[in-house]
Amino acid sequence: MQTVKTKVLVVGGGPGGYVAAIRSGQLGMDTVLVESGRLGGTCLTRGCIPSKALIHAAGQFEDMAKAARAPRFGIGLPSAPTLDLAATMAWKDGVVGKLNGGVAALLKRAKVKVLTGLGRFSDAKTCHVAGADGETIVEAEHVILATGSEPVALPHLPFGGRVISSTEALELQVLPEKLVVVGAGYIGLELGSAFRKLGADVTIVELQTRILPLYDPQLVEPVRLWLDRHGVTLHLGARALSLSTNGDGLIIADKEGAAITLQADQILVTVGRRPATEGWGLKEMAIERNGPFVRVDDRCATSTQNVWAIGDLVGEPMLAHKASAQGEMVAEIIAGHRRRFDPVAIPAICFTEPEIVSVGLDPATAGPEAIVGVFPYLANGRALSMDAGADGFVRVVARADNHRLLGVQAVGQYVSELSASFTLALEMGAVLEDIAGVIQAHPSLGEAFHEAALKALGHAIHV
Amino acid sequence: MGRYVFRLPDIGEGVAEAEVVAWHVKVGDRIEEDQTLVDVMTDKATVDMTSPVSGVVMAIHGELGQLVPVGSTLVELDVEGAGNADEGAPASPAPPRRQAGESPELAAAAPPPPPEPKPAPAMPRPDGVARPADEVPIAAPATRRRAFELGVPLQFVAGSGPGGRITPEDLDAFIAASGAASPSVSGPAPRTAVSEIKIIGLRRRIAERMQDAKRRIPHFSYVEEFDMTEIEALRRELNEARGSDRPKLTLLPFFMRALAKLQSEFPHVNARYDDEAGVLHAHEGVHIGIATQTPGGLMVPVVRHAEALDLWDCARELTRVTSAARDGTATREELSGSTITLTSLGTLGGIAATPVINSPEVAIIGPNKLVDRPVVRDAQIVIRTLMNLSSSFDHRIVDGHDAARFVQRLKRLIERPALLFMDQV
Repeated sequence: MQTVKTKVLVVGGGPGGYVAAIRSGQLGMDTVLVESGRLGGTCLTRGCIPSKALIHAAGQFEDMAKAARAPRFGIGLPSAPTLDLAATMAWKDGVVGKLNGGVAALLKRAKVKVLTGLGRFSDAKTCHVAGADGETIVEAEHVILATGSEPVALPHLPFGGRVISSTEALELQVLPEKLVVVGAGYIGLELGSAFRKLGADVTIVELQTRILPLYDPQLVEPVRLWLDRHGVTLHLGARALSLSTNGDGLIIADKEGAAITLQADQILVTVGRRPATEGWGLKEMAIERNGPFVRVDDRCATSTQNVWAIGDLVGEPMLAHKASAQGEMVAEIIAGHRRRFDPVAIPAICFTEPEIVSVGLDPATAGPEAIVGVFPYLANGRALSMDAGADGFVRVVARADNHRLLGVQAVGQYVSELSASFTLALEMGAVLEDIAGVIQAHPSLGEAFHEAALKALGHAIHV
Repeated sequence: MGRYVFRLPDIGEGVAEAEVVAWHVKVGDRIEEDQTLVDVMTDKATVDMTSPVSGVVMAIHGELGQLVPVGSTLVELDVEGAGNADEGAPASPAPPRRQAGESPELAAAAPPPPPEPKPAPAMPRPDGVARPADEVPIAAPATRRRAFELGVPLQFVAGSGPGGRITPEDLDAFIAASGAASPSVSGPAPRTAVSEIKIIGLRRRIAERMQDAKRRIPHFSYVEEFDMTEIEALRRELNEARGSDRPKLTLLPFFMRALAKLQSEFPHVNARYDDEAGVLHAHEGVHIGIATQTPGGLMVPVVRHAEALDLWDCARELTRVTSAARDGTATREELSGSTITLTSLGTLGGIAATPVINSPEVAIIGPNKLVDRPVVRDAQIVIRTLMNLSSSFDHRIVDGHDAARFVQRLKRLIERPALLFMDQV
């Protein structure tokens, strides 16, 4: 057993924790990072990155499957493509491995000491790390809690056997013939759509009466259409009850309350995530909570001096990029900079089919005073030239009195990359005239953003 | 005309209520923006509340001595424009200004409320921006960050950009118009971490010896001014004429010679006092400790038998023992046994010092900085090189009278350096 004294201790090596550690190191502070699993956390090892890899592969497979059924753009395939899901997963693991190694190298360059093992606090500043080669006690002046979140299980449908979380879904070696997804949030829809493209028979069960309940219906409609056209069965307003008696299906109560048994090789439960607050001594640290989360102020300071918390642990939105921004900020605060967390907007993307981007206020939240401009993909040359579907659009929401941009939403294939422009415009405090005054390259999807602003101003060119 | 309701703002630091201690306005008063309305006292500080708007006082709430909760109405004002009274949410008045003399205590991080005391801007608003309290000021991230770092509340900064966006230039203009940002809120955030540094090795030895010396020895300190003109002339002359085999002379060898010469006249000053045995060891040999800054801290190497060294030998020995101390090669012999100590900070010498006696010795002499000054000599103003000499004596052994006499004799030897080289003085 050895004791390590350090200026900064970061608990959790996800996108919040590792960024906090790198920034601390850059600022010349003695930094220790404790991670029990692989560096990169949920995002890199069992979330954002592997799911996007799987979605990309599924898209390739679907395109080829389409070409095999009937030539597209003059391209045909003599026979249907084959799928070796184990090989797909191996490729995905390669992507994860590359990024995982990259994080380790960045931490090393920033002179961060990485301890592998489960950390447990005995008090707010002392962490016992049970590693492979014995226990290390870390005593820190500053502690940054970045333990992240974990999938929520349904009480009557615990994980195990056929019932899996997103983590196991991203490790499947054999394609399930029949997949039932419980929960039509973005995680369930992303994975459900990907498995559908790969050829699985997918059924989605959602307690609420529509999919992606956190997004407005107009934005979600193209996704619903895609699911409909691709034979994904939706049970909305339905409740997942339990496994069937022989264990090969899920019993649900549909919206009329009638019990239905859905046959399933795998049941993917994606009903949300909760902050990881158990098992590492949060109680011993005597830190105030905010519901299930750790309470922090706008500097991510907890109720205990020099203990900081970031990312999924401190509340919604549970997004990697929010965690990273908070991690960077906290490191700078510890180094004596004057900072606070005051973003105008945090972008959110659903990598569904098609993709959804939302930044800032939607029309309903902005209220009847706001002006809205919508520009359809159908009128965008680049979208047409990529066969990016007819349902997409970009929508801007602005104040009527001074044209200040309040929010931007978009749905459509490849639209996720536009989140950069949307967020930049909001953070810079752009008005509609600013967006209208920027020349966008032709042909590009970005033109749709420009035209949506023109539309809101009442003089769009191409619609 | 609208009604503006001024409520007790969140003063921070977990304060839920405050006591009304003084009213500065009464009903009917016409007040200007930033005028003080009322003083309230928390257990941390007395804070004066200034008005964020100009207007006429229509009502005041809160008797002197009354405890009022955060968010409760203090003043109602009639203002030009819409006011805020029809809004349900509490208004955000100008943040409180701390009164001079109150020490701003840092609150422990304890959300809620926010752990930092609210920035306390005492700023005029050059453009008289009355942005409604619920309207978020718009600015790009870099502008927001700079404002926050400077403690400038963007709420009060006029925006000249499209739709009222606050541009970097707007912020510059605001800062220029309101003078420097209040120092209590500008610059880096308060830093609360404390490093633990183990006091070990030489540092611990120094700490123990200093503590022991100050606890045991009743120090008597005495400062006298020396005229160094002649000795400096002599020193320059000797340095210019010296051969390559001779070290460069500083002032210290002259003081060493002087201390050696004074031994016979003041035997109890060149001594070591064993206070537990109650015995003073007055040495005939003059072993001069030289306070020396080394990389590890203060050390006192010793030039032994200064009475048997000429000026050049004093300089040579001085260089040798101090170098040995600095590079860590000094022997035990060279680091102990001194009977009196010289401490000089050279160019850092300052005006006066209160040197700590190198126990168990009974005296320490510290020359201060040389400086050319106009002085009166024979009814003429002349430029002379002057220097203070600080000294401390163990008052158990050396009376103030004797200490003064010792320093005066030393002064005579230094001011008339020829005496240093005479057998009979």
